[in-house]
Amino acid sequence: MTENVLEIDHLTKRFGGVTAVNECSFTVQKGTITALIGPNGSGKTTAFNMITGYLKADSGQIRFDGETIVKPRPADLYRRGLSRTFQQARIFPELTVEENLVVAAGYSWRQLFGRRVSESDHERAKEMLGEFRLDTLAGLPSADLSYGQRKLLEFAAVLMSDPTLVLLDEPTAGVNPVMIDTMEQHIRDRHAAGVTFLIVEHDMQLVMRLCDPVIVLDQGAPIAFGSPETIQSDPKVLEAYLGS
Amino acid sequence: MHSLIQAIILGILTGGVYALMASGQTLIFGIMKVVNLAQGALVVLGAYLTYTLFTQLGIDPFLSILITTPLLFLVGVGVQYVLLRPLHGDDVAQLSLLVTFAIALGVEGVLSFAYGSTLTNVQPAYANFSWTILGYQVSLVRFVAFLLSLVMLGLLYLILQRTKFGRSVRATVQNPMSAQLLGVNANRVSALGFGLGAATAAAAGSVFGMLNSFNPGSHYDLISRLLTIVVLGGLGSIGGSVVAALVMGVASSVVSALASPIWSDFTFFIVLLLVLLIRPRGLFGARTRGAL
Amino acid sequence: MKFATTRAGLIRAGVFFLVLLVIPIVGGPGYLLNTLIFTIMYAALSSSWNLIGGYAGYPSLGHVAFFGIGAYATGIIFSDSVYGGYAPFFLLPVIGLGVAFMSIPIGWVSMRTRADVFAIVTITLLFITQTLAFNLKNVTGGAQGKSVAPAPFDVGTYDWPFYYAMLILLAIAMGISLYFRRSKIGLSLATVRADEDKAHGVGVRVTAVKLIAFAVSAGLVAMVGGVWAYYVGFIYPQFAVDPLITIGMVLMAFLGGRGTLWGPVLGAFILVPAQEYFAQAFGASELYLIAYAAVFLVIMLFLPRGILPSITERLARRRASAAGAARDGASPTPSALPTSEVKVVR
Repeated sequence: MTENVLEIDHLTKRFGGVTAVNECSFTVQKGTITALIGPNGSGKTTAFNMITGYLKADSGQIRFDGETIVKPRPADLYRRGLSRTFQQARIFPELTVEENLVVAAGYSWRQLFGRRVSESDHERAKEMLGEFRLDTLAGLPSADLSYGQRKLLEFAAVLMSDPTLVLLDEPTAGVNPVMIDTMEQHIRDRHAAGVTFLIVEHDMQLVMRLCDPVIVLDQGAPIAFGSPETIQSDPKVLEAYLGS
Repeated sequence: MHSLIQAIILGILTGGVYALMASGQTLIFGIMKVVNLAQGALVVLGAYLTYTLFTQLGIDPFLSILITTPLLFLVGVGVQYVLLRPLHGDDVAQLSLLVTFAIALGVEGVLSFAYGSTLTNVQPAYANFSWTILGYQVSLVRFVAFLLSLVMLGLLYLILQRTKFGRSVRATVQNPMSAQLLGVNANRVSALGFGLGAATAAAAGSVFGMLNSFNPGSHYDLISRLLTIVVLGGLGSIGGSVVAALVMGVASSVVSALASPIWSDFTFFIVLLLVLLIRPRGLFGARTRGAL
Repeated sequence: MKFATTRAGLIRAGVFFLVLLVIPIVGGPGYLLNTLIFTIMYAALSSSWNLIGGYAGYPSLGHVAFFGIGAYATGIIFSDSVYGGYAPFFLLPVIGLGVAFMSIPIGWVSMRTRADVFAIVTITLLFITQTLAFNLKNVTGGAQGKSVAPAPFDVGTYDWPFYYAMLILLAIAMGISLYFRRSKIGLSLATVRADEDKAHGVGVRVTAVKLIAFAVSAGLVAMVGGVWAYYVGFIYPQFAVDPLITIGMVLMAFLGGRGTLWGPVLGAFILVPAQEYFAQAFGASELYLIAYAAVFLVIMLFLPRGILPSITERLARRRASAAGAARDGASPTPSALPTSEVKVVR
């Protein structure tokens, strides 16, 4: 039996009269690249926001790494090994590319008060930049990066904490085909190194070749779960996407 | 007991006037997401206009509202048009806030220049008239001021509920993005909204001048009270600010009757901190979180 | 934003402080030292304000409350005797620390939500402090004011101790700014300013760094207030807790460039002498208020980022276009970079 790194139990969120996430339960097994798909408005991003502490759930439970997260807070979760990216590639444009990684490198009190940024932080940032082939851009203000490069940088930054689980919100939305391949390769590399992924993605081809298993959300709750093949042939999924 | 009830009556009557000022302020926040630090200064400006109309032309302070309100409406529209709209950059919200602060200072400066800094008030013949009902004193001016505030609030309500402009405002308050997609002209709504906010300040200012002694620096006193009220009511919620104004009016009046007027100002600050501590969104504020 | 110190930067700072150090010794017209004391005072105030208002992006409108508290602390403790003349200076660190700790709960409550609320709380704090100064008559002397015992300094060099005390406080404020910029605190503050939600998401200790910046800033301002009270010798509520002092701090930082090391200093060295000049020329303080408001509006409308950032950006753009031209001339470099597509301009 494989271990669950994330367990979502009857999570619910209402906005006014609209129930965005409705009694939603699913699990993410350690070592997988799990996809979370569904039509627009099915509650994927809302679920992400609740899991990562950006939104308070109305009810339900979240268990990460075997522990119930009573009061999810983004910074705590990040330090505990659960990190995420955002749909719109949120980076800090005023900081340089390297500094964007340094700020994500963890905060022991010693480091925070240190007279300058520590050597080890620089080293780790350099390594990460090398892995993502951004090293030639290290000193550039990150405002100068292209959209695709920003997405890469944001991905690299959230890896600085050596996370066990990474939530990617549409990692390839709005980027060109070459960049999609690059992104896919980086996800595969990190997966091979032991990181578990939960990915919201609209590019079905990518999902089908990269992810297993796939969870399908509709109207705030899972309607299907399984390998890409079973999902593709599931009539409920077709119905959800095509509408009725 | 008698003094407590007397204080509560006084508090409700004063609270009504504060409700009028605060409704304008919270309306401006709702539309433009700008905390208008000049609202107090506009009230004081309204009070001085009333003072001049009364002492120079003998116009009754209550009637002068018919002049000051449209006048400050135009001032408000002009301010939005000339000073707020051209702001640009990453932190427009911050710049707008500071611009309203600068406007407050400018108004204070102009008023000091024109009137000096001695305390004045508007004293019509009936200023000291009051009724005694069941042993409680109700001053005519306070009572009429309260009624007038209610009428103005009612007008504001009608404007927001029944007119096309009102619908645009409500759409903008709820969701600026989709309001624009639906064809609401954001600039126009902002300008009219700022004008309307200034107009409520003018109306409240006319009666403020009869109820209090004031000088050009009085706006600091006013603005910190108003800010507490709009935070308590939930930034952007007009109904909330009316309730909050009444609550704060009673609270400060009771504190100054039972303890001392000094502590009534302090009450506002303590309430502000407590609200932020316990219910940061205010009593009626909608829960929204950052830009996600 | 660059977080490295350069040799040029060190030289600049060295020359700046050296010149200011020798000015009293070299001498000059009588009013020069007096004007400089206020200029340096505002440079120190604005640099301190910049820690929270510039680096963290939380514009405090109530910093003069801390200034006033520092002033009153000095005034109250030394109302009878200044114990040889230097005791008020030695007590400054205690005042600074006290005010810094006192500011933490206020900062914590007001920075939990967002910048609007922070501005509201700080401006209310200003007013409350002024009201208290007027009304706690036993302690503050109310509207009658409070006098500090006269300093027993030699008439010829009377201003010197105050001058050097202000200069030291400016150096401390700038030193802390520099330390902030180079350390992880500064990086963290920059993330808070840019995108606080995202900062949480990469584990930045957001609350801690905001409170540190706020408390340090408040403590420094209180120390400056202490020196000011001792120098002017007499404190009234309307001068010690004057909204114009808050506006001064904000305005100078905005004019020079907030979030930069030299911006607030530059702003102070432009505005304070100008202010003194206009006060001489026009006298009436009402005009003064109008002029202040006008300058403020002009800066917000036409130079919202301040002098230094605008210059730096222009230089950088020129350099970039020059480099771009050079690169176009060279042979295409084999690039290992990920290919880019739509360039998003914020």
